[in-house]
Amino acid sequence: MISLSLSDKVMIGTALLGGMSGVVGSFAVLRGRALVGDMLAHAALPGVCLAFLITGNRHLLGLSLGALASGLAAIAAVTVILRWTRTKEDAAIGIVLSTFFGAGVVLLSVVQKPSTGGNKAGLHAYLFGEPGGMLNSDVLLLAGVAVVVLAMVALFYKEFLVVCFDTDFAQSQGWPTLWLDLAMMAALAVVTIVGLPIVGVILMAAMIILPAATARFWTNRLSVMLLVSCGFGAAAGVLGTRLGRGYPAGAAIVLTASFLFLVSLLFAPQKGLVARLLVEYRLRRRIADEHLLRTLYELSEPQLPESPVIPLESVREYRHWNSLERVLERARDEELIEWGEEQVQLTPLGVHRAAQLTKAHRLWELYLMDYANIAPDHVDRDADDVEHMLPEALLVKLEEELAAEGRLPAVLAEVPESPHELSPET
Amino acid sequence: MSQTAFEVHDMTVAYHRRPVLWDIDLEIPEGKLVGIVGPNGAGKTTLIKAALGLVQLASGKVEIYGKSYEEQRHLIGYVPQRESVDWDFPVTVRDVVLMGTYGRLGWFRRPGKAELEIADRSLQHVGMGAFAKRQIRQLSGGQQQRVFLARALAQEAQIYFLDEPFAGVDAATESAIVELLEELRTSGKTVLVVHHDLQTVSDYFDYVILLNMRLIACGPVEETFTNENLQKTYGGRLTILDEAAEAIRRSKPLQ
Amino acid sequence: MLTGITVNAACALVGCFLILRKMSMMGDALSHAVLPGLVVAFVLTGSRSMVPMFVGAVIAGLLTTFMTQTLHQYLRVPSDASMGIVFTAMFAVGVVLVKQFTEGLHFDIGCVYEGALEYVPFGERVAGLPRQLFTSLVVLLLNFAVLIMLWKELKLSAFDPALATTMGFSATKMHYLLMVLVSVTTVASFEAVGSILVVAMLIVPASTAHLLSDRLGWMVVLSVLIGAVAAVLGFWWATYWDTSISGMMTVAAGCLYAIAVLVSPRYGLISSVLRNIRMSLLVLRDDVLAMLYRIEELKSSKKFSIAETAAAVGGGWLASVSIFQLQRSGNIEQASGSLQLTDQGREAARRLVRSHRLWETYLVEQLGMPLDHVHEPAHRVEHYIDEQIQEQLAAELETSDQDPHGRQIPH
Repeated sequence: MISLSLSDKVMIGTALLGGMSGVVGSFAVLRGRALVGDMLAHAALPGVCLAFLITGNRHLLGLSLGALASGLAAIAAVTVILRWTRTKEDAAIGIVLSTFFGAGVVLLSVVQKPSTGGNKAGLHAYLFGEPGGMLNSDVLLLAGVAVVVLAMVALFYKEFLVVCFDTDFAQSQGWPTLWLDLAMMAALAVVTIVGLPIVGVILMAAMIILPAATARFWTNRLSVMLLVSCGFGAAAGVLGTRLGRGYPAGAAIVLTASFLFLVSLLFAPQKGLVARLLVEYRLRRRIADEHLLRTLYELSEPQLPESPVIPLESVREYRHWNSLERVLERARDEELIEWGEEQVQLTPLGVHRAAQLTKAHRLWELYLMDYANIAPDHVDRDADDVEHMLPEALLVKLEEELAAEGRLPAVLAEVPESPHELSPET
Repeated sequence: MSQTAFEVHDMTVAYHRRPVLWDIDLEIPEGKLVGIVGPNGAGKTTLIKAALGLVQLASGKVEIYGKSYEEQRHLIGYVPQRESVDWDFPVTVRDVVLMGTYGRLGWFRRPGKAELEIADRSLQHVGMGAFAKRQIRQLSGGQQQRVFLARALAQEAQIYFLDEPFAGVDAATESAIVELLEELRTSGKTVLVVHHDLQTVSDYFDYVILLNMRLIACGPVEETFTNENLQKTYGGRLTILDEAAEAIRRSKPLQ
Repeated sequence: MLTGITVNAACALVGCFLILRKMSMMGDALSHAVLPGLVVAFVLTGSRSMVPMFVGAVIAGLLTTFMTQTLHQYLRVPSDASMGIVFTAMFAVGVVLVKQFTEGLHFDIGCVYEGALEYVPFGERVAGLPRQLFTSLVVLLLNFAVLIMLWKELKLSAFDPALATTMGFSATKMHYLLMVLVSVTTVASFEAVGSILVVAMLIVPASTAHLLSDRLGWMVVLSVLIGAVAAVLGFWWATYWDTSISGMMTVAAGCLYAIAVLVSPRYGLISSVLRNIRMSLLVLRDDVLAMLYRIEELKSSKKFSIAETAAAVGGGWLASVSIFQLQRSGNIEQASGSLQLTDQGREAARRLVRSHRLWETYLVEQLGMPLDHVHEPAHRVEHYIDEQIQEQLAAELETSDQDPHGRQIPH
């Protein structure tokens, strides 16, 4: 046997645990069973105590088997309650969780009586977690479970995916959904139970949920999500035990996982809060830019193709602006306008861009009026909201459709005429 | 022309930023039986929910007798879809009907004799007087629907919004409901009903709102419930409108 | 024990609304999530007096509720997962804070988890009562008062949140109010009974009462009673076996729930089984009668003994019981080893066969079902067709005196 220092053992153990719970947790979260881990963790207690009373030692394997048995009994109890009574799922989970745990507390007090003797320290660890007492054999057990769980997921990846996504469909395709579901639950139960002595009862529930929810921010694909979630779980385990010396280990690991979750929530690309705010900000800026161009186009329209000089005064009157100067600066930097002394003028590039925008706007207006029966005096505002988000392909389609209906001149001029009178917004 | 009971201006409603109703504009005069008709996903229920302040408007406004919805709560009766509540809930039929009077009572006051009388009268009215003490799970679908109607009656409102009251009820209940709606109209109430069965529209209603993501038409049945308008309503969804809505959903990450 | 009863009663009051709003797990979540609020309140004030503890718990509770909803609504985390994330993270923060600030002080986290009812009589006293008892009494009264004042609002918003909102009782406000009550209740119960027992007492008695009653008022009263009974039972058992009181109370509550599942008069397993047996017996009796009637009708000389009859309707002990019942009620009699209908039995059988053949006719004529498919459905339905439906059927079918197989429909 290779001899490992305690801190190495702890680190390897928590990393293994974090990784496994990330994987099985992904399925649990996607399946809408996030709290089942919580229930299993609590329900394991009476089994642990019974196993201890029977075997008289605190070997992880024996205790885990006891925990597994009572965990499965709990799942069976929930199933029975749901099947036979009008108690709803949430209450059923709560009832089973608390009753089992209560029974566990009772047994625990029996175990802790001096008369029964034996080493009882291991039991309290089940409540709050105590990776410090990890033995070589514990690490081996964790590794063994990890291998089995990962192998199972690898083997049944496709089946689990289809059951998670759409149970009815899976059933209609002839998959044994009940067994697949049970397999997922069993994996969850096993991981929960081997994790109990490390992070404790409640915080084990967090280990199931947090890495999976964190991974969800980073990807939309299950395969990637499993990997990322596994990574996050392992990282939380390692970092938590490293940084959290002197604090209860379970809490430290969970706080690390929460921190990772928070960071992902804020900074994940695409789904993170910051990224989404940024997109929102850019969109708003683009809308302002496009409003400027269209305003200038409409003000220049009578003199086109000449590009007249327009007093800023009339731009300000034309519609409401939040920060006209900044919008103007951006347009000038892109060489779309010339801007001086209270006057602006579209550059040739600006005229071209503005014409495109105005065309999109007016096509959309025509569409709304003709197809969606919206009154001409309403279309301008509606078109305003939408035109900025219309993809290019949609515009082409719109143009074709309108042309086919004969709503556009056969040979399309650059920009169709506005379907309503142009007037400044006041 | 009589008074306008219900009015919607420029209303756009979006779920998760995807617009489901575009720019609705309509007016319903007082004392009409109004059918709200359109294909699945046309936004019929959304129209009602928006009118009742249950979903947020992206733009526009709703007026009940010329005032905002908040000021006119007491004039409004609402019958949600039957599946929207938990029928295992430990209440009796009479309790449910009594709930109709809660709005008028306001905070803290408890229902008294007068309210009980209203509840019992409403129950009699829908022919469910004998069931007052039953738990609601023990009723048939049609009976559950009648209980909901009795509750709406107990609201003693001026304007009623009914969401698919005819869904899954027996023929007897259906005709009872229709009779009840006509009574309401006779006493000057306005009733808006989300309705699915095109066959019966002209028999049941005198006004109709045709919806398909936007307002197709709104007016008296004879003028509005025409083949041409129906074609427009059911003639497929507006693909471009759909795509545009999708584009908006994608490009507006937060709101 | 008194403390146990008051705590359980207080929990049961709010618990009813939790389970009806399908938010039981929110009770679990809050009972854990208030921990950091408690610790912060304790650290800031240095005392364990009631008011700061409540304030801390309410703030933590509201924060949890708010964060759970935000995660779910704006960041699209599934609702159960968002609850799990928030409460476990809050609890972890609490555990670390306990370690950081209260080491050496009297703030035993094990006590938070498991409770220590055993020590209540020896603790400090407020207003002449043990502190925990005093606290839980205050909370019980608070819950009771809120329930009385806002009874109809709570009821309506739990039953039909949309209608409540249209009537101006915002369902969201009621949600937060309930969460505040749960947080406060949790705290009061914490020291005495521990967080898991709080969850048990929030959910289990209320669920038990839900199985037993059909009216909200009764459900609330019952749940309080059940909570109290669980407290008493748990206390006795625990003293008898000299073990954890709070654990035993939970077990007692669980037992009461199990009993309710079994014996609830309307929704219990046993009553369903009995109902099923009764129904099977009815069907079997009908089958025996109808069979004997048909034999008579065919003027067959065939005679059936009891054993043969029982075998003909499917056998088993139920069949024998049904024949025995028929004999006792005077519908059939045994003559020279074979069974015969009495006049009374013939009358009953005639009605049955009439139902059966009318229904067959109805299926063929009105629903257009093929002839060889109608016997089975009619066989299933015949037991439920009473005189009234028979008349309706007869009227609907106008005249026909023969069923589709060409046999006479008896009158």
